[in-house]
Amino acid sequence: MKRASLWTGVVLVGIVLVAGLVSLVWTPFDPNRVFPGAALQGPQGAHILGFDQLGRDLFSRVLAGSQICLIVGVISVSIAALIGVPWGIAAGMLKGWPSELLMRVADILYAFPALLLAILFAAARGSSTWSAMTAIGIATIPAFARVARAATLSVMSSDYILAARASGTPYLMSAVRHVLPNIAPVLGVQASVSFGMAILAEAALSYLGLGSPPLVVTWGRMLREAQTYMFNDPALALWPGLAIAGAVLGFNLLGDGLRDLLDPRLREAV
Amino acid sequence: MSLLEVRNLSVAFGRRPPTLTGIDFTIDAGARVGLIGQSGSGKSVTALAVMGLLPEYATATGSIRLGGTELIGRPDALFAPMRGNDLSMVFQEPMTALDPTMKVGRQVAEVVRLHRKSSREQARALTLDMLEQVDLPDPEQVYDAFAHQLSGGQRQRVVLAMALINQPDLVICDEPTTALDVTVQQQVLRVLRHNLDAVGAACLFITHDLAVLSQVCDQVLVMLDGAIVEAGELKSVFTDPQHPYTRGLLATARLDQVAPGSRLPTVADFYRRPERTPGTEVAG
Repeated sequence: MKRASLWTGVVLVGIVLVAGLVSLVWTPFDPNRVFPGAALQGPQGAHILGFDQLGRDLFSRVLAGSQICLIVGVISVSIAALIGVPWGIAAGMLKGWPSELLMRVADILYAFPALLLAILFAAARGSSTWSAMTAIGIATIPAFARVARAATLSVMSSDYILAARASGTPYLMSAVRHVLPNIAPVLGVQASVSFGMAILAEAALSYLGLGSPPLVVTWGRMLREAQTYMFNDPALALWPGLAIAGAVLGFNLLGDGLRDLLDPRLREAV
Repeated sequence: MSLLEVRNLSVAFGRRPPTLTGIDFTIDAGARVGLIGQSGSGKSVTALAVMGLLPEYATATGSIRLGGTELIGRPDALFAPMRGNDLSMVFQEPMTALDPTMKVGRQVAEVVRLHRKSSREQARALTLDMLEQVDLPDPEQVYDAFAHQLSGGQRQRVVLAMALINQPDLVICDEPTTALDVTVQQQVLRVLRHNLDAVGAACLFITHDLAVLSQVCDQVLVMLDGAIVEAGELKSVFTDPQHPYTRGLLATARLDQVAPGSRLPTVADFYRRPERTPGTEVAG
């Protein structure tokens, strides 16, 4: 099928987006409401996925969990892109040691795992959704910086930059006029892939208890709480696990699909 | 005083032996000077040196004066305002010389707005006028097109419009018709000649095609291995070439003088190049 991965990605991301938006205004039940005596019960009536270990409606909780995953994705990717992209463009346009310095600093940051950074943040400022998002965002900066630098270098060596300069465009001004629009597609792909990574990182952080506080519904925390009941009620771990896998897969496929779409050689082949 | 005076220009890339050595030539206001030579002889490097667009690792020495202003060593902040205004350049490959993400009309209008205070509307009006000058039918439609939506000839006209819109004193054309087929080449050359006349600009026309050269230029510089080996009026160079390399070039172009069935002449029949120092060859 033509562009199968792109469309699978679009559908999966679409489901997560719709779930997030719908759960803002409506969930079948309050995700934190406890139904007495219903703990670990299977699906019944309106409770289509059954109840968790405290008797809360599982479907509502899976639905509500998409909110945090989207917020974390948007905020951390924005942090990473807002800092990483200018960083990479600067590194691509500057010459000599300033460029080297920028990239070596990015390398050092790259060597620092997001989890470690999050633990550091949690230790310093207490664990919260914000500290998780900031940690993931900062850890993703080097990825954006590298991609932006590589793309900038290829644009800067192109004829139209030379032509723009021959028309009198000052060197640095060409970054805004010509470099940014031409590297935007590559950055879009990177953003999509980073979005998936951010969701995964956030799930890992909440699983470890380093993310959002207990009353905020997150898939990672649901997994962590479900593991105690793994043998009594595997469905409890199954649904948030599937949700995480689906969301991450969706954003990765979307990124892959976009890359194929934007690669002119592949586009010709299609 | 000449418009452009190049004296003892040498260019070296990094620590390699110089690519250009001791280049001397002048271009008078309104003159059409052809620069001819084979690939790698240093034609494009000469053009980029005059434009001040050599890569960072290249060093240019000597003197390039445009209207009395020394260009070598001129800081980019002072040089950039001159480019596109006092001197401009037409590139060989019109597809890659236009930004694929920007409407071509805006790219031309940008050149106006970089150099003179003018509103968006004024720049647009000037651009539409210029697009018409370079024989583009339906300028409105071309203005809003992207480069990939235009044909090769149309793109090269847009590039011409970019180079000419500010009525520069000097236009450097780096093989502007090499990427075009012969009929389109004729049209573009006609448009170029017409507009150079209208603007009164001098032109340094780089080519390796003698036929194209003879259509545009009235003076000619012959370049070989980074040096100018012959210079003069087009007529005298064509009828009475002094340097054996020039004689070879001309002989290879005069196929009508070859007896049928005999071997075609090559430049090597007239001129044996001395052993080259490795690493001096450059692109273009």
